[in-house]
Order: sequence, then C-alpha cells, then structure tokens
Amino acid sequence: MKVKVLYFAKLREKFGIENEVIELPGERAYAAAIVDLLRKRGEPWSTELALDSGNRMAVNQTLAGIVTPVQDGDEIAIFPPVTGG
Amino acid sequence: MKIQVGESDFDPGAEISALHAGQPRVGAVASFVGLVRDLNEGDSVTTLTLEHYPAMTEKSLRAIVDEAGERWSILDATVIHRVGRLQPLDRIVFVGVASMHRGDAFAACEFIMDYLKTRAPFWKKEGTPQGERWVEARSSDETAAERWKG
Repeated sequence: MKVKVLYFAKLREKFGIENEVIELPGERAYAAAIVDLLRKRGEPWSTELALDSGNRMAVNQTLAGIVTPVQDGDEIAIFPPVTGG
Repeated sequence: MKIQVGESDFDPGAEISALHAGQPRVGAVASFVGLVRDLNEGDSVTTLTLEHYPAMTEKSLRAIVDEAGERWSILDATVIHRVGRLQPLDRIVFVGVASMHRGDAFAACEFIMDYLKTRAPFWKKEGTPQGERWVEARSSDETAAERWKG
C-alpha cells in the first residue's frame, strides 16, 4: 500500500520536505507503522519523531492516533502540537 | 455558519453585525478577537507567521463549531483565522456566536476558541531580535480544552 505523508511547521523544516509517498507492506496498517518506518531513517527523523516528541497525526484530514487504521491512498499528516488562535 | 481562513484582515464590528442582521430571534452575540502581541516568553516579537494545513483547516473548524452546536443552543457562528505573515497589533482570529441568550453565546464562544487552539492545524512562528522560532504549545491551552470534557 502507498500513503501520502505530509509534514508541517518544525517537522517540515527539519526534514526539508513538505510531503512524500511512502510504501508499506500489506493492505492495512496502524498509523504507528508509518512513524516506525520514518524513525528508522536515522537523524533527524529518529529524534524528531521520538515517542516522547509530542507530535500529532491526522489521517485524511482528521486528528488521529497511532492506532488509527490506514490504508492505500490515505493522506497522513504528522505535525507538532498546534499553536493557532 | 461562516468559516474563513486566509491572509486578509477582518472587521470585528461588521462580523458581529452580520451575525444578527435580520435575525430577530438573536438576543445575544458573544465574540472574541485574538491579536498579535509584541512580547512572548520575555522576548519582543516583531513578526508572526502562521502556517496551516489547508486541506484540514476549514474541516476542523467546521467540526468544532458543529460540536459547539451540539452542546449549546446557538443560532449562528463565525470563525475567521488569518494565515501568513502578521505583526504586532494585527488581528489573528475572530470567533462570534449568536444565540437567544447570553449563556449559550458566552460558553460556545469560549469552547470554540479552546478547541481551536488545541485541535485546528495552525502553527505560529515568531520573529524576535534573536531570530525566528516556532511557538511551543502551552499546557495551559490543553488544560483549558480538557475542562469541557465529561
């Protein structure tokens, strides 16, 4: 399965990309599988996406958690805690 | 319901008027305006740049207003949030709620702001004399949103 992954704010700057398409084995997965895969890239990914980093995720433009299911074609966003208002 | 996300400024008075124009059942309009401060974490702030997640922003604001409508009796609501480069004195956000009575308008307006601050995909980057930095989320904002639960 392929999913589109978007990065915002500090993560976008640290990674140097706004979005990318990631391929995962199987037809379905938990959102956590995507973060695990990215973390294995080494720095700066492993530090920025550390378990205690406090980042948030959205699946198909709705706030999600690491146990949210994802499937082929989904849009996953990973970002720091929001600071609007 | 009116949801607007963009670079342009807004007129709070006009937005408040629009919430009750021709609506004789509206007895109360509560509103909030958020502004760019020139001081944060002890440092002077000269610019504030707001980034957002365009595909999600309006959707999340609409969901927040819908949830307010399930909790309180509201007749109309407006949420405007600016993005792009702003500076001290600029308006950032407007929330206005129209209802029959003030209690619903006050509560819904505060709820929408508390949820917007913790759930809508906006990020602030401030320019200071020491350079640019991303604004850190405040735990007090999360606490403010949590109190609406249960």
